[in-house]
Amino acid sequence: MPVLAQVDLRLDAGPLDYTLLAVYFLFVLGIGFLARRSVSSSLDFLLSGRSLPAWVTGLAFISANLGAIELLGMAANGAQYGMATVHYYWIGAIPAMVFLGLVMMPFYYGSKVRSVPEFLRRRFGKGAHLVNAISFAVAQVLIAGVNLYALAFLLNLMLGWPIPLSVVIAAAIVLTYTALGGLSAAIYNEVLQFFVIVAALLPLTIVGLHKVGGWQGLVDKVTGGPGGAEQLSAWPATELTGIQNPVLSVIGIVFGLGFVLSFGYWTTNFAEVQRALSAKSMSAARRTPIIGAYPKMLIPFVIIIPGIIAALVVPEMVALKAGDDSAGVVYNNALPALIGELLPNGMLGIAITGLLASFMAGVAANVSSFNTVFTYDLWQDYVRKDRPDEYYLRVGRLATIGGTLIAIGTAFLAAGYGNIMDYIQALFSFFNAPLFATFILAMFWKRMSAAAGWAGLVAGTLGAVAVFVLAETGALDLPGQGASFVGAGVAFAVDIVVSVVVTVFTRPVPEERLVGLVYSLTPKEDRMHSTTGDDAGWYRSPLLLGIGVLVLTAVLNIIFG
Amino acid sequence: MARKAGLFDLRLVIAVLFAIYGVVLLVVGLGFTDEADLAKADGLNINLWSGVGMIALSAVFAAWALLRPVIVPDTPVGESSGTRG
Repeated sequence: MPVLAQVDLRLDAGPLDYTLLAVYFLFVLGIGFLARRSVSSSLDFLLSGRSLPAWVTGLAFISANLGAIELLGMAANGAQYGMATVHYYWIGAIPAMVFLGLVMMPFYYGSKVRSVPEFLRRRFGKGAHLVNAISFAVAQVLIAGVNLYALAFLLNLMLGWPIPLSVVIAAAIVLTYTALGGLSAAIYNEVLQFFVIVAALLPLTIVGLHKVGGWQGLVDKVTGGPGGAEQLSAWPATELTGIQNPVLSVIGIVFGLGFVLSFGYWTTNFAEVQRALSAKSMSAARRTPIIGAYPKMLIPFVIIIPGIIAALVVPEMVALKAGDDSAGVVYNNALPALIGELLPNGMLGIAITGLLASFMAGVAANVSSFNTVFTYDLWQDYVRKDRPDEYYLRVGRLATIGGTLIAIGTAFLAAGYGNIMDYIQALFSFFNAPLFATFILAMFWKRMSAAAGWAGLVAGTLGAVAVFVLAETGALDLPGQGASFVGAGVAFAVDIVVSVVVTVFTRPVPEERLVGLVYSLTPKEDRMHSTTGDDAGWYRSPLLLGIGVLVLTAVLNIIFG
Repeated sequence: MARKAGLFDLRLVIAVLFAIYGVVLLVVGLGFTDEADLAKADGLNINLWSGVGMIALSAVFAAWALLRPVIVPDTPVGESSGTRG
């Protein structure tokens, strides 16, 4: 259990704040009911009938990731480590998102697979597919549980609601709209959630900056504080990685977080890729992660900076930062503590709504990707084949209910860690790190055999687990997030080596089965998107948009380096 | 497979939600903000300014939805880019 705060973080929420929250819930449920009208097949329910415009899927793409853990965890990292936290966005997300849109999306969307595991089934057959489908489904339910727990804990802290009650209420709301409207309801709500989260955090950031005396005041106070001036620059982030040598720390960030961990997460996590697969055209699908990258680039300013400010203006957080933890606060309290410190009734209600919205975005993304993988990749492929589509639509709805119920059960698995981010990172490095290695080989090396597909995944996952165990038992001394970075790197390397070695000794997959799945066997016109109608115009070019966001991110790195 | 693509216009939903939030915060900021509220937010009338911002956001989405309404395509969805015949 995270230490329950002896300090009172209870927010002074009044009737006005609760009314604003209630209005939001009405809209969320209303979207569920409206979206239901468009659901007439399993593809409508699980993949929005591949009909959504790029700005909707693009915002949903980042909102799906903007869960309560992300918000609280990143604000906590901001309070503890300072500006180095931006690496989770600028190095740890943007390049991978652009890569997904430009390089990998033609194979995902072009092959018309309905899920990421389904790509593996078409490319490698059953072995790799089963490994990935099961590990993904398990991970999503675990993470949904973590998200649920984070929310319940937060509600208990801020509003005094009992934890079991908040878990059930929140799960019931998510369940209602996802079971009714399927992925469309989840995605539409994610877009709404994105704006509510920004509407909550932007004013908080402005008031916070005003309080510390503007940007210059922030710089002066952090420089004079216990963290010192290095907490204002993103590089070399030795505190964040736990690697003392600055050069090795930069290498750890770029390769561990920037390459292996982030590419593994953003390019192969179906909860993300699913948003792009629901886009209405190849062009829209390729633009989805790239459009999402623009707000992703800017959002750390309203998450990390409030975290930093919390460690400057909330007395208990100031004490914690100075090394005195007697007040009982933990860094994860940074964001709610700052909200309680600065926002009056009215904006307070919006801020509470924003935090709740972000939680629901996370859980809905977990649940709506879980039900798709469960229905198409587990039930349809291995349990009941060749039933009419209505049958699978019903299975999808039941999987939604079942997944939510299991998530409620697993909510308390999250309890053992002080910094929730460590837990999530550990999960990601187990399941995601080897995936990127397998996918990149699968898409660009036609010789890679079916046996190599599953062998690489299993070996890579075991490699990540081995590093995790070594770090937990103290055999490997890496505080901070260093262990996850190393674990991800090991998983990647092991996966590549095992895949190559196994391929050499096994038969390749027949080439005629790989058309549309492997670069050298896919005709160029199948990889290209149309540039007419809704896809026309230079400002809709995925390449141009992708280069644009990379350049802007590089500029930000220079300014805040 | 030529079915309607758009279910309802999400842009209008966003516009309505933020119109409600914006007007409520504006009224609270103008009429129901006391010294204690101001002191909490370091002298800023944050409800008032957030309300103004939200009304502006609402107006942008409403204008976008009205100027560029959703056109339901009469050709099958995705025909231009699919690889499966």
